[in-house]
Amino acid sequence: MNKILLVIKREYLARVKKKSFLLATLITPLIFPTIMGIFLWIAISDSNGGDALRIIEVVDENNSFFMESADNYAFSYSDINIDEAKELVRKESRYGFLHIPKIDLEKPVGISYYSIENPSRTFLGSLEATLKRKIEELRLYDSGIDPAIIADLKTNVSIQSVTLDTFGQETISNATVNYAIGFIAGILIYTFIFVYGNQIMQGVIEEKSSRIIEILISSLKPFQLMMGKIIGIGAVGLTQFLIWIILISAVSSLIMGYFGMQMPQQQALELANPDANRLFDGPGEIEQILQVIQDINLIQLALTFIFYFIGGYLLYGAFFAAIGAAVDTPSDAQQFMFPVTIPLIIAYLGLFIFVLDDPNSNISFWLSVIPFTSPIAMMGRISYGVPFFDLALSIILLIAGFLFTTWLAGKIYRIGILVHGTKVGYRTLWRWFKAS
Amino acid sequence: MNVLEINSLNKSYGNHPALTDIDLQVPKGSIFGLLGPNGAGKTTLIRIVNQIIEGDSGYILFKNETLRPDHIKHIGYLPEERGLYKKMKVGEQLLYFAQIKGLSASDAKIKVNYWLKRLQISEWKDKRIEDLSKGMAQKVQFIATVIHGPELLILDEPFSGFDPVNADIIKNEILALRNSGTTVILSTHRMESVDLLCDNIAMINKSYKVIDGPVQEIKRNARPNTFAVKLIKNENALPPEWDDVIDHQEYVSFSITLDDAPPNMMLRHLMHFGEILGFEEVIPSIEEIFIQKIKESDHE
Repeated sequence: MNKILLVIKREYLARVKKKSFLLATLITPLIFPTIMGIFLWIAISDSNGGDALRIIEVVDENNSFFMESADNYAFSYSDINIDEAKELVRKESRYGFLHIPKIDLEKPVGISYYSIENPSRTFLGSLEATLKRKIEELRLYDSGIDPAIIADLKTNVSIQSVTLDTFGQETISNATVNYAIGFIAGILIYTFIFVYGNQIMQGVIEEKSSRIIEILISSLKPFQLMMGKIIGIGAVGLTQFLIWIILISAVSSLIMGYFGMQMPQQQALELANPDANRLFDGPGEIEQILQVIQDINLIQLALTFIFYFIGGYLLYGAFFAAIGAAVDTPSDAQQFMFPVTIPLIIAYLGLFIFVLDDPNSNISFWLSVIPFTSPIAMMGRISYGVPFFDLALSIILLIAGFLFTTWLAGKIYRIGILVHGTKVGYRTLWRWFKAS
Repeated sequence: MNVLEINSLNKSYGNHPALTDIDLQVPKGSIFGLLGPNGAGKTTLIRIVNQIIEGDSGYILFKNETLRPDHIKHIGYLPEERGLYKKMKVGEQLLYFAQIKGLSASDAKIKVNYWLKRLQISEWKDKRIEDLSKGMAQKVQFIATVIHGPELLILDEPFSGFDPVNADIIKNEILALRNSGTTVILSTHRMESVDLLCDNIAMINKSYKVIDGPVQEIKRNARPNTFAVKLIKNENALPPEWDDVIDHQEYVSFSITLDDAPPNMMLRHLMHFGEILGFEEVIPSIEEIFIQKIKESDHE
């Protein structure tokens, strides 16, 4: 046991002390917020136009379109004709002008917008929306209805979904939040397994090809060495993730804080997520999302995430170690990567196609209990609330699966690490397995 | 007392026998040469003693106890294929190897400094292995083998890769360790080092032990009962059966093989042919015995 600790310590320190680790750990989390910051900066300088308010001349032949100015543009009614208005635009004393010919309110056609720059889609859209509201308002008056009454009658409906469990607990759920949690957690586990699994493999190949293995194996059991390496590298990964989480949240909140002071919150939200309008349909929805986040058992979520995160890594880590032991160079490893990659990709695709779509379907159940796919698939189900039986079964099977793959990999590992210069195929692996 | 006793050890890889019924005794405080051509089974034997692999049958005693995993801390092993972590610093690396052999962190530190100083590479302590010359790395590797003060030292081809100066340093270290009570098993196919260093040897060929015992005894038993003669000739003609006579002008030299006759009788006989300058028994070198034995066992 003491010797496993020594191996863990060496694997951990040898990696953490490297300059490349420091660099990757510090730079990676800066990339995401930096990109976000650049986008925000561009968006803000764009929406401010870098200059004053845009003034739009309105030439209204109906004399009924008095529209309120918006945040970034204002309407001017100077009672001039089209040619004069065009001249104003050419001289750039007006950003553009809107020509509203005499129109039939039931069929408003012929409205034109003139400007030097090609207007953006968003800008035209907001002009159209303003006109649409004005026309609707005018038509309501014509029909003898006060628009205030209509506004009063407008109703927002959103269904609150509540899940009941056998313990009588009621939880409010929200597909958007649950989807996001499953999505992010699944991808994190998938990436972690691949990146750090590869490091295990590289490490084993290094020890094997540089023949350090012979000294090590005369002092340690192969199993101790393999487990020490898997755990040590896993700890490096966790350290890196921890630093990233701290750095990303710190840097992001700094950047968001800085820009947040310069722009209204709603606009920031829209910029960060163009679909925000659709998602947050009225204040009721936002309240509900906050409620859902509050209702999610964060401790349970964190614990299950950590369990599947580590469990999945350990399960596959043993395989990566066995592959490393079987080959002489990383390029030889390709042929053995297939059986490791396939279940991971199945889990990954399954997460998007089946689990996030319907967490309680049969296929979601199986994907989330079979140990080779459960670390990724279960994360898609977890925030929706998983029946106790499913979760227990999945956890037990994952532990059993980890013990099984480690046992299997250990057998291949202990022979493989001492074999050099032989072309190894699946048949050879099978022979090693039987021999040990 | 024997530090190591190997009894009817067998090991095969599939249908290919690597060791067949090997019996060996390694006396305490001796240097034991394990000889044999490539592929004879030396490395397999060493790996079994180091508990890297297991034998199929037979048993091994370490200081009269059945070999156990915790005996490993009393054994030092220098594999033929050398390897160190290239990116690790010399000091850290030695510390690690000492600790996995069972030394406490503080003891390990003391030993690392002692050995670095002894082999005069203290200033390299904070260098990475990849920045060292090959000979320097070999020294580090040697330290890694002996750092935990093993009672039994197993060295597989210890001199390969060393330049003559460093090989000499290592040879003296081995002798010093032997003199302080360490038992050394030296596996090699370089016979000149065996003649100089080893007290006992065993030869293995094609999985079988061909011969073993104290070097002097093996040499004595292997003598072909032949004597080298130097003679200042008189007028009597030499018998024609002495057919390898070389004329050195002042004297002649040749060899004679005694069948059952005692040497004194032969001496008296030789006096008829002149004045005897030299009469010395021919003792074969280990290399000659080795080649002879390998040939014999290949013919069987």
